[in-house]
Amino acid sequence: MAFNHKHLIDITQYSADDIMLLLETAKNFKQVNERRVKKVPTLKGFTVVNMFNEPSTRTRSSFEIAEKRLSADSLNFGGSSTSTVKGESLVDTVETLCSYKIDLIVVRDKHAGVPRKIADVSGVSVIDAGDGKHQHPTQALLDLYSIWERKGSFDNLKVAVVGDIGHSRVCGSLIPALKIMGCDVTVVAPPTLLPARPDILGADHVSSNLDEVLPEMDVVYMLRIQRERLEGAPYPSLREYNMLYGLTQKRDKLMKPDACVCHPGPINRGVELDSFMADHPERSIILDQVYAGVLVRMAALYLLLGGSNDGFDA
Amino acid sequence: MALMLKNARVIDPQVGLDEVCDILVRDGRIVEVGHNLTMEKGVERDLSGKVLVPGLVDIHVHLREPGGEQKEDIASGTRAAAHGGFTAVCAMPNTAPVIDNAMGVEYVKAVAAAKGKARVYVAGACSQGLKGETLSEMGDMVAHGASAFTDDGKGIQDAGMMRRVMDYASQFNRVVMVHAQDNGLVGDGQVNEGVASTRLGMLGWPAEGEEIEIARDIALCRLTGCPLHIQHVTTARGLDLVRAAKAEGLPVTCEVTPHHMFLTEDAITDEYQTCFKVNPPLRTAEDAAALVAGVADGTVDCIVTDHAPHTDWEKDREFELAPFGMTGLETSLGLVLTHLVNEGVIDFNRMVELMAVNPRQLMRDEPVKIEAGCVADFTVIDPEASWTVEAGDFYSRANNSGFIGAQLKGRATDTYVGGYATMEDGVVVE
Repeated sequence: MAFNHKHLIDITQYSADDIMLLLETAKNFKQVNERRVKKVPTLKGFTVVNMFNEPSTRTRSSFEIAEKRLSADSLNFGGSSTSTVKGESLVDTVETLCSYKIDLIVVRDKHAGVPRKIADVSGVSVIDAGDGKHQHPTQALLDLYSIWERKGSFDNLKVAVVGDIGHSRVCGSLIPALKIMGCDVTVVAPPTLLPARPDILGADHVSSNLDEVLPEMDVVYMLRIQRERLEGAPYPSLREYNMLYGLTQKRDKLMKPDACVCHPGPINRGVELDSFMADHPERSIILDQVYAGVLVRMAALYLLLGGSNDGFDA
Repeated sequence: MALMLKNARVIDPQVGLDEVCDILVRDGRIVEVGHNLTMEKGVERDLSGKVLVPGLVDIHVHLREPGGEQKEDIASGTRAAAHGGFTAVCAMPNTAPVIDNAMGVEYVKAVAAAKGKARVYVAGACSQGLKGETLSEMGDMVAHGASAFTDDGKGIQDAGMMRRVMDYASQFNRVVMVHAQDNGLVGDGQVNEGVASTRLGMLGWPAEGEEIEIARDIALCRLTGCPLHIQHVTTARGLDLVRAAKAEGLPVTCEVTPHHMFLTEDAITDEYQTCFKVNPPLRTAEDAAALVAGVADGTVDCIVTDHAPHTDWEKDREFELAPFGMTGLETSLGLVLTHLVNEGVIDFNRMVELMAVNPRQLMRDEPVKIEAGCVADFTVIDPEASWTVEAGDFYSRANNSGFIGAQLKGRATDTYVGGYATMEDGVVVE
């Protein structure tokens, strides 16, 4: 199957076939990650820049591990030491980086649209590792991977996405991606945490009543309450949020027996999830998602940087 | 010096004129309008095939001087005006320092007189430093030539302060012009709230953030009697509020921009083009259509550009960090001709009302009519000229237009201010 993408910026540019190829490729990389020497020479000689202009622990470490396991040379660039702090423009920073003859930029930025801007300026492949409140496509892919692995297929899956839809870059990619794969998506949130037009993201249903929605769902995707990104307070207290929208032990009985629970992390225990649900041995696939992050990022790097099987000794 | 303009189709709804005739000008004023006029000596121009109208006026322009000369200054901004066919502009006071006292008014007028290529009306700030807290010295500014008052760029948030502004201004025969923006609703909004904000993942600038302030200020107009001019109306419901106020007989007027009429939020794609980042934001297609309808039905009083030049490096960056605004002086007339006049939405008479008669009246200036005795400010238009908007052709120092590449039909070829050409055959006269 042909993979004709140079960038992973906008998940809506990917077809269901593209996404399945990515997921299948990710699955193949499991072998690499589960043997004693967790490294292949696939991307030897390629230089990847991890440009994180905003704090990130999980996404950044996941990308770093993926790059190292593929033998790419990676450069971590960003944080408080960035030249942006010294007043350099984004464009100049990217042009400077490109003068090092790099092959791919992984970018996290607090401003929407920055990955596209970098792609236009740099000419190299770009992976969006989260831009503002816009998109976070590798997160969506690792979510899809985990759901696919658990459920076997996406056909007729009913998925609820619960929480801060309006300020979430995860939703910006996840909801369109679920729609591309044919799922039925319900967003559940207080109206203060909904975007102006959930339908534009692809949501089929909008609800502010978690208890009504839960019994139908195959997958319940709980979003982190991003306290640092909320202008004004969109809910009166974390206690009330938990009461109305938290996935707690008392809601377990409302769920289908085989329904699973996802969360992009890091979890606010006691807010969107309690420990019963977060650590639930059958329902929670949260740690599977973390592992899937490495797999899909390896797959994305591999496919974007050439995609042939040369040197892929799995 | 005498000037004879021959054979243009002269259109002026103020005197019911629409025919090919000659105009004789002497010492900056029209001496005679008629057929087969002659003069002993002077400059004669044959304007066959052209349309001549009273000089166009854009009452919403940011000339950026003092303080923002890297973006534009009075010399370059008035050249852009002349190139776009404008004989006069109104400079907004949000400069550094803010034009909130007589000295600032005098400075802008002096620089314009010395270096300008268009008449410059000066709008003084309503509040000191545009802070919306303390009244500025409006009386002193009027004494030194201020033509209107506005805190453009910001809405005056406190209703009590806005009432004070309008109560106080009502003694001066000047219009208070308002940028309607409720900060509580707008916050850090970047694009129209709705499809665009959701699709682009950025904070929304809701229509209601504008409409609520329009409604409030209309109520304050009723209370104070102060003439109120709503700047850059962008929404259908905002325009309805103005329509209702006019029907009630309140002294309320409004303006719209070409970009809010001819561009929509859909223009902003995943390329996050900062040239389309304007305040208020580009709205929906329905809103844009409502503005055009308001232009046609008389609700809208003026077409203005909100000419907002910025440097390339300020605009070539993250959308959320780029400044709001696009230039407009050099594309406005071409856009209006192409999309409104040529399409039959309005005729030349209505265009003259919107772009010359009404704006001049709002500046409380004497009318420019095409009749003997009036000031010789003219715009000469080639209605057949097909052209493409190109950044390299701008006289403005900035090129942050949202219309680069647009194919237009009709443009100004000559501009006369007080009987002197500021543009001739498409070239600004130095």
